Amino acid sequence: MSEANAPAISNPVEYIQHHLTNASLGGHPKALVDFDVFFIDTFLVTVILASLIAFVSWRVGKNLDADNPTGMQNVLETIVEFVNQQVKDIFPNADRLIGPLAITIFMIVFLMNLMDIIPVDLLPGLVTGVASAFGADPHHVYFKAVPTTNLDTTFALAIIVFGLIVFYNIKNKGVVGYAKMFLFHPFGKFAIPVNVIMTAIEELAKPVSLGLRLFGNMFAGELLFLLIALLGFAWAIPGQIILGMLWSIFHLLVIPLQAFIFMLLTIVYLSLASQGVDEH
Amino acid sequence: MNITATLFGQVLVFTFLILFMKRFLWEPVLTAMEDRKARIAEGLAASEKGAEDAKIAEEEAAKTISEAKAQAAEIVAQGKARESQMLEEAKGKAIEEASRVKAAADAELEQEIIRAKDGLRAQVSELAVAGASKILGKEIDAKAHKSVLDDLVSKI
Repeated sequence: MSEANAPAISNPVEYIQHHLTNASLGGHPKALVDFDVFFIDTFLVTVILASLIAFVSWRVGKNLDADNPTGMQNVLETIVEFVNQQVKDIFPNADRLIGPLAITIFMIVFLMNLMDIIPVDLLPGLVTGVASAFGADPHHVYFKAVPTTNLDTTFALAIIVFGLIVFYNIKNKGVVGYAKMFLFHPFGKFAIPVNVIMTAIEELAKPVSLGLRLFGNMFAGELLFLLIALLGFAWAIPGQIILGMLWSIFHLLVIPLQAFIFMLLTIVYLSLASQGVDEH
Repeated sequence: MNITATLFGQVLVFTFLILFMKRFLWEPVLTAMEDRKARIAEGLAASEKGAEDAKIAEEEAAKTISEAKAQAAEIVAQGKARESQMLEEAKGKAIEEASRVKAAADAELEQEIIRAKDGLRAQVSELAVAGASKILGKEIDAKAHKSVLDDLVSKI
């Protein structure tokens, strides 16, 4: 292991902070929202995973054999059928975009979460090692491998979903119907200002909760893995192995669950958005 | 824990991926699966129809067999009836023939008897005359005793 990871226990705060820092272009973010910064590691891992999904899907989709499905086709057919069933159950007469949206969210979130199972020091250590070989200072080489432990990723998905919610609302209710929903929604026509605030909160809570839920779950998981990694000294190693295993097993449950929840809520929100104007 | 320009990059990646998945995975796979479903349903319907056809054919075969059996039984019965009738006829003919033969034989016998009687009659008078002439020792004129002889002959 490189110098950055080796003395983990001697300086636990630095170790954890180091692992929670992204490799970024444009320096480190100075405010909560700082558009001058670009996290290259998050983006790179996302692109690699997306390319993987796209490549496998393209190969399977190109060589579809309806009579004799084999290997990857079976896997993807199972996923497609599962997602399609969810869409059918929650959102009858769904638009043709909902299914692909749901399956994409499910697969990409699942894969991004799965990066959490890779040992916390493996990818950062590798990147640090390579960078050091090119003469970089290992203390300033950062790599955060799990894209969903980054608000950008989860909110990117949430923003796509939010955009579609608005789109389907307007498509199915019309601009006037959508405005009416804001004006008259929870309390009828005598509390218009309150209605606007309430509906706005309700609508904004959807993407925010989507993004924060996934982020929170995965960030907490990552943090716990880092804490467990701190136990890597002599007499604590058996404890580290046991704890690491237990948390990995638990996290293996969380990973598909979070992907599934994100997908399900997406379908639910879009189904709600596609309902016609309802009377209140 | 910040929102950065990465957000836009991620939105682009995800949007592209969603459209890609729609075009290259979701629609082909769903089409293929629906195709297969339709074909399986078709196959099941065909096999059901085949089974039904087989059942109908079996019923028809059974009907044909039972009809054939009935016909055969009828033919056998007819044959038996014809046989007994022929036997009966043959028997009747035989009896008739036998009685005819018997009657002819009877008639011939009768004639034979009559002929024998006639022969005897013719000879009786001669014998009687010869006997009487031997007893009496003299020639007896048969003509003279014709009435006696005729009487004798008629008594035979």
